[in-house]
Amino acid sequence: MTVHSFEENFEEKLEKDIAIEPRDWMPDTYRKTLIRQISQHAHSEIVGMLPEGNWITRAPSLRRKAVLLAKVQDEAGHGLYLYSAAETLGISRDELYDQLHSGKAKYSSIFNYPTLTWADMGAIGWLVDGAAIMNQVPLCRTSYGPYARAMVRVCKEESFHQRQGFEIMLTLSKGTAVQKKMAQDALNRWWWPSIMMFGPPDDNSPHTEQSMHWKIKRFTNDELRQKFIDVTVEQAKILGLSVPDADLKWNEARGHYDYGKIDWDEFWNVVKGNGPCNKERLETRRKAWEGGEWVREAAAAYSEKRKQRSRQEAA
Amino acid sequence: MSQQETEHKSEWPLWEVFIRSKAGLDHKHVGSLHAADAQMAIENARDVYTRRMEGVSIWVVESKYLHTSDPDESASMYEPANDKIYRHPTFYNLPDELKHM
Amino acid sequence: MSVQKLKYILQIADNALIMGHRLSEWCGHGPILEQDIALTNIALDHLGQARSLYQYAAEQFNELPRAEQEKVFTSPALQAIIAGGQPIDEDDMAYLRDGWDFYNVLLVEQANKDWAYTAARSLYYDTFNYHFYTGLQNSNDETLAAIAEKSLKEVTYHMRWSSEWVIRLGDGTAESHKRMQEAASYLWQYTGELCTMVETDKAMYKAGTGVNLDELKTKWATAIGKVLDEATLAQPEEGWMQQGGKEGRHTEHLGYILAEMQYMQRTYPNMEW
Ligand SMILES: [Fe+2]
Ligand SMILES: [Fe+2]
Ligand SMILES: [Fe+2]
Repeated sequence: MTVHSFEENFEEKLEKDIAIEPRDWMPDTYRKTLIRQISQHAHSEIVGMLPEGNWITRAPSLRRKAVLLAKVQDEAGHGLYLYSAAETLGISRDELYDQLHSGKAKYSSIFNYPTLTWADMGAIGWLVDGAAIMNQVPLCRTSYGPYARAMVRVCKEESFHQRQGFEIMLTLSKGTAVQKKMAQDALNRWWWPSIMMFGPPDDNSPHTEQSMHWKIKRFTNDELRQKFIDVTVEQAKILGLSVPDADLKWNEARGHYDYGKIDWDEFWNVVKGNGPCNKERLETRRKAWEGGEWVREAAAAYSEKRKQRSRQEAA
Repeated sequence: MSQQETEHKSEWPLWEVFIRSKAGLDHKHVGSLHAADAQMAIENARDVYTRRMEGVSIWVVESKYLHTSDPDESASMYEPANDKIYRHPTFYNLPDELKHM
Repeated sequence: MSVQKLKYILQIADNALIMGHRLSEWCGHGPILEQDIALTNIALDHLGQARSLYQYAAEQFNELPRAEQEKVFTSPALQAIIAGGQPIDEDDMAYLRDGWDFYNVLLVEQANKDWAYTAARSLYYDTFNYHFYTGLQNSNDETLAAIAEKSLKEVTYHMRWSSEWVIRLGDGTAESHKRMQEAASYLWQYTGELCTMVETDKAMYKAGTGVNLDELKTKWATAIGKVLDEATLAQPEEGWMQQGGKEGRHTEHLGYILAEMQYMQRTYPNMEW
């Protein structure tokens, strides 16, 4: 086959929704874009363990503690599935970590916000996992096979994450005055960062068009954001909490909620590293990785020794 | 040996994991992971891909020994460990009027 | 039902809770993702065991006559619940008891420090637990026997995990060998307490409920010796053994653990979470 026909073959698969698999020919830019997108997602899962991990030792009941621990562990699993998917594209996990630790790679900026009270565990599960699900469900049908399969696995687990978060919020909102205050305070702090999670508005989103064509993105940022707001505002009503947006109102003609101006200046600053916890989060990840190096080396050395010993025994 | 392998001497090899969730079924590819040796790979596979559900059979093979022909695979299934019920969405008590969750 | 038995259940439960607490501190900070996940599974097992045991302990406590109840735990928070005539639950047990009413061994409250300390602590404790739960399966208390049987499957896995890591680190690189040896030797002083019979242990063994820890001593030492040997580690020297955890006298670590763990329940009393 000529390069031309390779490309035609690739395009034909895209068209017919046939998954692209690791050994298939793919344009170099497709591969690079995928590596960037999948690894960003993987990094988000791993860094995302930290703000919630903060509260494992302080969870207010044993049941909540078990649930939170299992939830944060799931995020580690998601990171692992996604790193594995990225590795099928010919990059190692160590390399991806280097990109994260050197600040070259990005991760979801929401995790650069602090978790200040227990209610933040509720708000994160409900809003952040909720937004993540909305982003991720379409990716179960993404064009790259290993990525799509990883996302199927991820999405199955995410549903419990959002529900446990909502349950925390519900319990707080039905609780005492101070618990309600806690819940409202958490919603106030997490609302705007959550809706920023869908990324910059479509007219300012450089990769969208190409990514949509490649089917590694299936809806635009604004489409998903609108869907999230429509659904979540109704859920806030059940909680009896108010969404901190004075301009929020139902638009009968559009069949959607109108919402206020998003502070994109804040968004870009957090992306650039100026969020409240950027440095701390990266530092924590780096410390875990570098602090674990002697452990990984030891296990590799031991495995090598054992191989040699069994070779000697066989000889 | 690729450039990455020389750069990161301690990077544990990659393994492909195959799980048979019930007797009588085939082993199915569920994903991959890093482990220092085969034994660790099997144990990690139980921890990562089954959350230690019992009665499953696990195969692991170092990814570099795997030869590929037709890459077409169907989506892998996942069953959470049966006794960790808090992993199931239905474990949570939520109001009926709640939608989309 | 006796206060003695209640304390016995709490001993086992507190070990599980505090051990789980320590292991859960690794979540998100492990040396590699796969092991982060593995260790969290183990933490979840311990937490699960603690919950079953606290539920049972609370049940037992609630059956005690009021006058007895008032004497068992001295924390004002628990006294208030008892004075109100309400039953207590698993969370009250974990979150409202003061340090001197915790009966876990000193070993489990020791800091994670690094992967070697964590592995050594786990090896010592898991090996004890394996033999302990094996014995507890024969308890004349059906609930304890059932919990032991279920936990034993998990503990068997824990023991394999910690043994393998001690061996890997001991027989790995020069650095890991040094670190592993240091950890194994340092934590040795907290192992004597594991198989020492305090009053509660003796009474429960006599009643057919508890395990004869004297019998465990050699089994534990033999198993540990084998692992250390395979790990090319020197057997730590016999010396002074720290004691007191099982009677409520702890190291400084427990105070910090409880301050963190109990903070929500103590700050916001009588609320649902
Ligand atoms: Fe996730
Ligand atoms: Fe995610
Ligand atoms: Fe999640």
